[in-house]
Amino acid sequence: MSAPADETLSADVLVIGGGPAGAWAAWSAASHGARTVLADKGYLGTSGATAPGGTNFLYVEPDDAKRSRMVEERLASGGGLSEGPWIYRLMEQAYLNIHLVEQWGYRFPLDEHGNLYKAHMQGPEYMELMRRVVRKAGVHVLDQHPALELLSDEHGVGGARGVNRLNGRSWEVRAHAVIIATGGCAFLSKGLGCNVQTGDGQLMASELGVEMSGMEFSRQYATTAAFGTITRNRLLSFASFYNEQGKLVHEGGPRGDHFFAVQLDKGPLFAQLTHADTPDKREILRASTPLWFVPFDRAGIDPFTQKFPIAMRYEGTIRGTGGIRIVGEDCSTAVQGLYAAGDAASREKTAGARSGGGAYNASWAIASGTWAGQGAARYAASQKVEARQRELRPAGRHGLEHTAVTTDPIPVREVVNRVQQEMFPLRINYFRSEPVLAASLERLNQLWPLVQGSVSPGVTAAVQSREAAAMVVNARWMYTAALLRKETRGMHTMAEYPVADERLAHRLLLSGTDRITYRPEYVKARGGSVLPPVIVKEGQPI
Amino acid sequence: MIELVSDDRCIGCNLCVKVCPTNVFDKTAHAPVIARQEDCQTCFICEAYCPVDALYVSPYTDEAVDVDEETLAADGVLGSWRATLGWGPGRTKLAAVDQTPFINRILPPRPVRAAGISDAGSPTG
Repeated sequence: MSAPADETLSADVLVIGGGPAGAWAAWSAASHGARTVLADKGYLGTSGATAPGGTNFLYVEPDDAKRSRMVEERLASGGGLSEGPWIYRLMEQAYLNIHLVEQWGYRFPLDEHGNLYKAHMQGPEYMELMRRVVRKAGVHVLDQHPALELLSDEHGVGGARGVNRLNGRSWEVRAHAVIIATGGCAFLSKGLGCNVQTGDGQLMASELGVEMSGMEFSRQYATTAAFGTITRNRLLSFASFYNEQGKLVHEGGPRGDHFFAVQLDKGPLFAQLTHADTPDKREILRASTPLWFVPFDRAGIDPFTQKFPIAMRYEGTIRGTGGIRIVGEDCSTAVQGLYAAGDAASREKTAGARSGGGAYNASWAIASGTWAGQGAARYAASQKVEARQRELRPAGRHGLEHTAVTTDPIPVREVVNRVQQEMFPLRINYFRSEPVLAASLERLNQLWPLVQGSVSPGVTAAVQSREAAAMVVNARWMYTAALLRKETRGMHTMAEYPVADERLAHRLLLSGTDRITYRPEYVKARGGSVLPPVIVKEGQPI
Repeated sequence: MIELVSDDRCIGCNLCVKVCPTNVFDKTAHAPVIARQEDCQTCFICEAYCPVDALYVSPYTDEAVDVDEETLAADGVLGSWRATLGWGPGRTKLAAVDQTPFINRILPPRPVRAAGISDAGSPTG
C-alpha cells in the first residue's frame, strides 16, 4: 500500500462521506475559501440514512423564550451529559441553514395557516439539491471512492487514500485538513439507508489516536414491516397491535417505552393502521411518508385494513449517540487537522445520553458539517507547507492488505454474520445485562484476530474487509463502554443497575483498537457563552 | 432487493451503477447487471434515478424472489416510485405536495415522556 496511488489529488480540505453532514461540510469549507475534495463510498445525493426517505428537522423560530425552554428540556432529558450552549447553537445554525435550503430552491409545503413548513424534508430531493449546491461551490466530488485509511505525519492528518470501486484504481488525496463524515455504524442491518455506514471513519480516527465517546449510547432500534426496510416509526402511531393468534395486545394510543422490544421478545407482532380510519387521514399519511407504503403496495398488503408483521432493525450509533470525540467548537478532534461531523461524531454535546435520532440528528448533520467545514478551512489556511510536500504515511492498521499479520484471508461474510449475531439480538443489546454483555464482548474479541488477516483479491474484498474490521471494533467499543457504565442513564440500561449512579455522571472516553482503555470526561452542562452561528452570504437558487 | 434491470427499457446510461450507495450493479457493454444482490439495502433510490423506469426493487429485503417484467409493467409498478417522487419531466415534485404539516392534526394521543425521565426501566431489571 506504500506504492503510489493511480489517481492523486491535492486540496486544502478533504471531506470523507457524502451524506448530509459531508455535503454541508464540503459546502462550508468551499464557501470559506478552501479547495475542497469530497470522497464518498457511495454517491453524494444517495448515501446515508437521510437520502431515501423523509426526515424531520429541529427547526425552531428565533423566539428566545421558546428556544430557552427547549434547551432546558433537552438538558434535563440528556442525563447530564449534554451542554446548553451547544444545544442552543445547534438550533440557531440549523434554522439559518434551512433558510438557505429554501433560497436554493427546495419547495417547502404550506401548513394549515399558510406558512412554509420547514421542519421536514423529503430526502431524495434534499440530497439531490445538496449535490448541486456542493458542486456549484466548487467542490471536487469523487463518487464511489471509499476511503480506506488516513495519511499522517508528526504534524497530524494529511489526507487519505482509498479505492475507486467502479474501476479498482487506487486514489490518494493530500489535504491540510480532513473532515470525517462517514456516518454511524449500524452493522449492515438494512435499516433504511443505513448500510453505507459501517463505522469506517471511527476506525480511521482511532488509528490516529482519537478517542470515542458515548459508545454505550447505542441501544437503538427502529420498527419496520418485518419483510422490509422502511424505518419510519411515526406511522405506527396510527396502529393497533396483535399477537400471532390475532389477539389484540394494544389498541393504539400511549405505549410503554419498551413496548416493541417486550412484545417482539415474546413472539411475532402484527400491526394495522386502524386509527387512520378515514380517506382523508389515509391520504395525508400516504402523501407525507410515501416510501413507507411502497413495500406494502408491492407486497399486496393494505396496511389500513390488513395486519402485517413488524420487526425491529438495529440502528447502532446512527440513531444512537456515540462516536468520534469532538474537542473544539469547530468540531475539531484531538489530532491536528482532523474534524468530525454528523453521526460519525459523538452527539453527546447536544443529545447527552439519549438518542440523537430523528430531528436532532438531521439538524446536527447540518450544523456540525457547517462548523467543521469552517474550522477545517481556517486550519488549512494557517498551514505554510503544501500537503503534498509532507512526508505522509498511511495510518491504517487493521483489515488492509498492507496490515495483514497472517496469510489467512479475512473471512468477511463470517465476520459480518458473527458481529450481527452479537449486535442485533434484543436479548443481548436491548435488554442489557452484565453477564450477557460480558460474554458477548468476549466473543467479539475473538473476532478481532480474524480481521488482521490478508485481503482477498478485488476491490469489493478490499472495501468489505476494511468494513468488517471497522464493525468489529465499533462493536467492541460499544460493549466495552456499556459494561463500564454500571447504571441506567438515558438510552443505556443495565438490568443489574436500574437507576442512575451520580458517580457515573460523566462521559466515557475510549481509546485503542487492539487494547481498549478508558477515562472519564466531566461535563459542564451549563454556563459558557454561546458562539455566534456561521453566517454565509444569502443563497441564490441552484 | 433489486430484482430487475429491464434489457428492453435500459438505455445503458449506467446512472444506476453510479448512484447505488452500496455498489450493487456492474457496468457491461449493454445493460448493467445486478452483480452483488446481497449488498442491496432495499432503499429504492436506484428506481428514483432511472430515467426509463427499467429497474424494480422488490419489497422483500432478506429473500430473493422471482419477478415477471410484463406483469410489473402491466400493473404500473415499474417507475411508480419515481412518479410518486415527481421526478421526470412535467411532474410535480413530492416536496411541494408533502402532507407532513398535517400529520400532527390527526395523530392519535401519544405517550408523553416527562423531561428527565430516561428510556430506563428495562423490563428484565
